[in-house]
Amino acid sequence: MKNKLVSLEEAVTRIPDGASLLIGGFMAVGGPNRLVDELIRQGKRDLTIIANDTARPNNGLGKLVVEKLVRRVVTSHIGLNPETQKQMIAGDIEVELVPQGTLAERIRAGGVGLGGVLTPTGVGTTVEEGKRKVEIDGVTYLLEMPIKADFALVAAKQADLYGNLTYALTARNFNPLMAMAGATVIAEAEDILPVGCIPPDAVMTPSVLVDHIVTSKPR
Amino acid sequence: MDEKTLIAKRVALELKDGDLVNLGIGLPTLVARYVPAGRHVFFQSENGIVGMSGPITGAENHDLTDAGGSPISALPGAASFDSALSFGLIRGGHLDVTVLGGLQVDREGRLANWMVPGKMVPGMGGAMDLVTGARRVIVAMQHSAKGEAKIVERCALPLTSVRRVDLVVTDLAVIEPTDAGLVLKETAPGVTVEQVIANTGCELIVAPDLRSMPIEG
Repeated sequence: MKNKLVSLEEAVTRIPDGASLLIGGFMAVGGPNRLVDELIRQGKRDLTIIANDTARPNNGLGKLVVEKLVRRVVTSHIGLNPETQKQMIAGDIEVELVPQGTLAERIRAGGVGLGGVLTPTGVGTTVEEGKRKVEIDGVTYLLEMPIKADFALVAAKQADLYGNLTYALTARNFNPLMAMAGATVIAEAEDILPVGCIPPDAVMTPSVLVDHIVTSKPR
Repeated sequence: MDEKTLIAKRVALELKDGDLVNLGIGLPTLVARYVPAGRHVFFQSENGIVGMSGPITGAENHDLTDAGGSPISALPGAASFDSALSFGLIRGGHLDVTVLGGLQVDREGRLANWMVPGKMVPGMGGAMDLVTGARRVIVAMQHSAKGEAKIVERCALPLTSVRRVDLVVTDLAVIEPTDAGLVLKETAPGVTVEQVIANTGCELIVAPDLRSMPIEG
């Protein structure tokens, strides 16, 4: 089997300009923050980012926005990164705001082969604009479309050398959903372990989903 | 007692033993401090935990924060999970109460709290799912802002949901939206009905059993 453990530089080299990236994390907690820094170092541009939020200007993927490497963002919250709001108002960055639960389900749908999800969230608000409505048993739902991306960049607590992943506490958030919805999945892990060290019941993302592993600890 | 403390204390009286509760960022987070003795309430944070403590200093764990990114701890019996499950709890009718801040509430009890066009576009985060899915929605907010009423005939700001909220608690009053309109149930200590009406931008129905908020100084 090919070795999934690669250097940070090598992992990010595979990402072309213009790529779409699912990036795990919630206010950069549980975010692949070394991979993000390497995207900046390699100057990847015109990126489409799908993430819960755009963090803060000096934190996690918020820095990608500050460095003007992002063309489009699909996210639920930009309130703590004034730079995202500034670039959005200036027309330099396209922002699609999605309710957080809807974002999670759209990514899940993308990863598990569903054609969309029906949610009551957003009915009667600006979120429903341009979307199909479906009535089931007297309740109106919005049809929300699946999200997939060229790459998923996720952060794990542990990875074994096959690529089985575990996450810790609230650092889990969007990571396991995104690991299913990226065509190529790069996992940044705090601890890299021999195969067999993570009990099957503890695995949160099975190794078959993960293409490359990098360490989150600088050597 | 300052206004925010008053609001938080009054909201806390609404929480029942065993409730699963989500508190929004800002004023609502204060509610956790005033849960009445003898009631055990489970607090959820939408980034993926049930059984969170309030914010902590010392012993911070970089993998354990609330939805605003502030360090918290997990109380004994806590559970952590991914964002799909977290919002499944919210949307699926498993969350007993959500307490959220508000920019405007209208006569039909609809809430606007996620953006001010042209001024502030933070994004809705989890607010739309919370208002749509929680069994009970409590709005905790100042009654007016810079002299302008926040309880209005019709929200000028974009709605968070068309669902009618269950209770509005302000520094002046407790108001319950009903089919008939907004019912004034309680006034804050030292506040008259006339003061509440003067600071409200639409008609209020004064409850026959109107009382003073059961809050001790």
